Amino acid sequence: MDQTLAAEALLAVRKVRQSYHKDSSSDLLVLDDVELELRPGEIVGLLGRSGSGKSTLLRIIAGLLTPTAGEVTWRGRAVDGPTPGVAMVFQSFALFPWLTVSENVELGLEAQGVAKAEREERAEGAIDLIGLGGYESAYPKELSGGMRQRVGLARALVVHPDLLLMDEPFSALDVLTAETLRTDLIDLWSDGKLPIKSMLMVTHNIEEAVLMCDRILVFSSNPGRVASELRVPFPHPRNRMAPAFRQMVDDIYAIMTRRAVAPKAAAPAAPSMSMQLHPVSTNLLAGLMETLAAPPYNGRADLPALAASLQLELDDLLPMGDALQLLGFGALEEGDLRLADKGRAFVEAGTDDRKAMFAGALRSSVPLAAQIRHVLDERPAHRAAAVRFRDELEDTMSPDYADETLRAVISWGRYAELYQYDEEADQFFLDEAE
Amino acid sequence: MSETAFPAFASQRRLPNLFDLVAVACIVAVLIYVATVARGTFAPLDAPEATAISLDPVNLPGYAVRTTLRMFAALVASLLFTLTYATWAAKSRRAGLILIPILDILQSVPILGFLTFTVVFFMSLFPGRVLGAELAAIFAIFTSQAWNMAFSLYQSLKTLPSDLDEAARAFRLSAWQRFWRLEVPFAMPGLIWNTMMSMSGGWFFVVASEAITVGDTTFKLPGIGSYVALALEQRDVAAVFYAIAAMLIVILLYDQLLFRPLVAWSSKFRFELTASDTAEDPWMLKLLRRTRLLRAVSSAFGRSFNAFGGLRLALRRGRSRTARRPPSKLGDAIFLALLAVAVAAALYEIYVFAAEALTLADLVEAFELGLITLLRVVVLIVLATVIWVPIGVWLGLRPTWGRRVQPLAQFLAAFPANLFFPIFVLLIVRFHGNSDIWLTPLMILGTQWYILFNVIAGASAFPGDLQEAARNLRVGGWLWWRRVILPGIFPYYVTGAITASGGSWNAAIVSEVASWGDTKLTAHGLGAYIADATANGNTAQVVLGVVVMSGFVIAFNRALWRPLYGFATRRLTLG
Repeated sequence: MDQTLAAEALLAVRKVRQSYHKDSSSDLLVLDDVELELRPGEIVGLLGRSGSGKSTLLRIIAGLLTPTAGEVTWRGRAVDGPTPGVAMVFQSFALFPWLTVSENVELGLEAQGVAKAEREERAEGAIDLIGLGGYESAYPKELSGGMRQRVGLARALVVHPDLLLMDEPFSALDVLTAETLRTDLIDLWSDGKLPIKSMLMVTHNIEEAVLMCDRILVFSSNPGRVASELRVPFPHPRNRMAPAFRQMVDDIYAIMTRRAVAPKAAAPAAPSMSMQLHPVSTNLLAGLMETLAAPPYNGRADLPALAASLQLELDDLLPMGDALQLLGFGALEEGDLRLADKGRAFVEAGTDDRKAMFAGALRSSVPLAAQIRHVLDERPAHRAAAVRFRDELEDTMSPDYADETLRAVISWGRYAELYQYDEEADQFFLDEAE
Repeated sequence: MSETAFPAFASQRRLPNLFDLVAVACIVAVLIYVATVARGTFAPLDAPEATAISLDPVNLPGYAVRTTLRMFAALVASLLFTLTYATWAAKSRRAGLILIPILDILQSVPILGFLTFTVVFFMSLFPGRVLGAELAAIFAIFTSQAWNMAFSLYQSLKTLPSDLDEAARAFRLSAWQRFWRLEVPFAMPGLIWNTMMSMSGGWFFVVASEAITVGDTTFKLPGIGSYVALALEQRDVAAVFYAIAAMLIVILLYDQLLFRPLVAWSSKFRFELTASDTAEDPWMLKLLRRTRLLRAVSSAFGRSFNAFGGLRLALRRGRSRTARRPPSKLGDAIFLALLAVAVAAALYEIYVFAAEALTLADLVEAFELGLITLLRVVVLIVLATVIWVPIGVWLGLRPTWGRRVQPLAQFLAAFPANLFFPIFVLLIVRFHGNSDIWLTPLMILGTQWYILFNVIAGASAFPGDLQEAARNLRVGGWLWWRRVILPGIFPYYVTGAITASGGSWNAAIVSEVASWGDTKLTAHGLGAYIADATANGNTAQVVLGVVVMSGFVIAFNRALWRPLYGFATRRLTLG
């Protein structure tokens, strides 16, 4: 990387690792060896699927979390707590419901001890800039989602930060509102009206990243690593429909699905007990397979197009693709989702046959499900506590992921009628009648 | 109907753990210590005869004011206690380990049983002055208010939304600013609701604690409670009714001027970002908001409070958090060692005390009487349930009726039921009733309303689409109760029943013994045992009675209410 540019870096992240500490076994890595530099005048996007640690990285940069190893420097000084020059916008807006719009905006200034008169003046300015003039005395619950995120933006901008951190700032908004807010923000940025030097945003929306960012870091999951870095060469305002734009979106899809495939390619024959699963509804899987089988896809779909037509975010679509691939019903290939023969057979089958096929797929491809059934078969009472499986999973993944994985196995096993689950007792069991 | 908050439990666990035992030992030892000090200083005290009570109704307004002031003094003390104790317990892991079990158990101690000693204890702090007795009364009210308020704040502090916590840290709020801008506002609705419930319960204790007899000495503080006590002594039926009328007015004012405006105001702090349908503001709040003068005063107050909360006070600068920092082993070891020493000292004190004054037979007797009182509580709760659940459901499903009756039920819950005791006593004496049976209903006289208004709240919050679905499927009769409405209101019912049963235990101490002039009625039970021991000045038996009763309350809560409550929140909470 260019030395002169590196010298001016606002922010440098060096060899940052973050692990989830577990007493018994080895540390579980959330982030591994992340390097990042941020220079004035650029918008950088951290793009990745859930579980890639990108939000964790943002919190480390904000000084909210201390990394397990490595260091973050802000203007050459190590970050060991929330830094004055950095402000943050939250996915959930994080507005205080008992404070009015202007009180919310003034909060950061109050923390700095800014005098009341100046506070009010600056808050007024930020509120007007972000297009909220007239709403000063409203409470957050009176505002729509888009308005609320504008308050979140004004609250961050009013402290005149050098760096604005945004954690999936538009993902809780509906499509239209999100688009308006994105373009408004980019317009203000392009016109030099924002009192900031640089922006860093976390997103799982590929189009959003290509639309807004100058540089995109694509993260891979488990552990989170920077898989690749892309420069977005287009000037603002960008046209989503331009062929070069589309091509870039396509390329990123390809990168992200390739990364998802990579570990399987390394060890294709031995799916392990410790595989992390997402609880994707079997209804969705069936629906997706039916959609794939029908025209216009006829068994093969381009992911961006599929995502657009189904109005699904990457974070919804990829886990579904993963699940289909895992169960042998489909395959993710270079940004495409292809329906396998088994998948086609599933689509053509009736309810009972579908369940049988699903059960077969579970037993052969999901070792955890197979093992649960095996344990239940062996026990005279045909009951087994779920705790033991959860504990086993927690040896290799965080409790949250273990919980997700278990929920996936419960829901899939129930659909396949492979076993039953008693929530009150937290036990798996077999129906005696069968 | 969002006017119901779930009761504050420190934890959902049922089985006692090590820290519960530690807490029990500490509390019992402190009680014994206070009692011993009290006994030692008992003899030289003169009764403050300066405060003679007159039954002339002209004096009643003055008495009512004195009673109300006591309530508010206790309320201020409870708030200070809550803000410090709960914050400490929430912020320090080690402190929380012991503070929370202590709170949990204190909540179950029937403090009326200990009134004797607190009176004498405070009298010994201010010998020969009324202030001592005043403080004792205020302390009794404080103990009826503080615990659940502290729990409520503690729970809120432990469940701060993580995004707001991060925002507060990212914008570098100081610890002081964070407390007043984030933590207190977030805790506000629960805290206000619990404060109001505490106040309701407090009227009962203020009335009970104004006139206390210890041995041969009677302390009477000017107030409605001692007015009633005197009326009982002099068999003055009219005076009893005057007192009831005065109390009705006081509670009505309290309800209209404070309770309703505060609860409505606190909805602003409710942590939800969707505008919910809000009930109309109570007239007092409207008055405050719309009258120019009052608005100016309240906004000036608000501004100065804002400035106070905005001060940048902090002990240290905010730092980033390590994902999971293992706690310091050495610190833990020192903390636990200190705790062990304290517990050993407490156990020793208990042993010395018990060995000298009590026998095993005493314990067995107290336990048997406890079983009798337990039976009373269970029967009463069942009866109150059978009566009030259907009525509450009927009322709750009819919004116009529900809206009319709900304030009345809350009002009745606040009314100190002990003012009605004389009427019952009069009837029992007149008709020669069996006091074992007929004194029993007094225990639940004041607390049954909690069941009623919680059930009304539950039924009126029952989703309309579920009602329609049930009607569409033509679900009726017993099936409708079993499958539709009872599961729907169950969480609310449990909330009310917990409050009702807790209150009944406390009421046992004043309701199992009653007198009318020279006639004394006694029912068999642990409450009567404590009351008798108090009248005879038998410290050891009072301590024993209080400890056994606390044990019953704790066991009852852990064995019955907590599992039910857990079940209700897990399985039957809608949405």
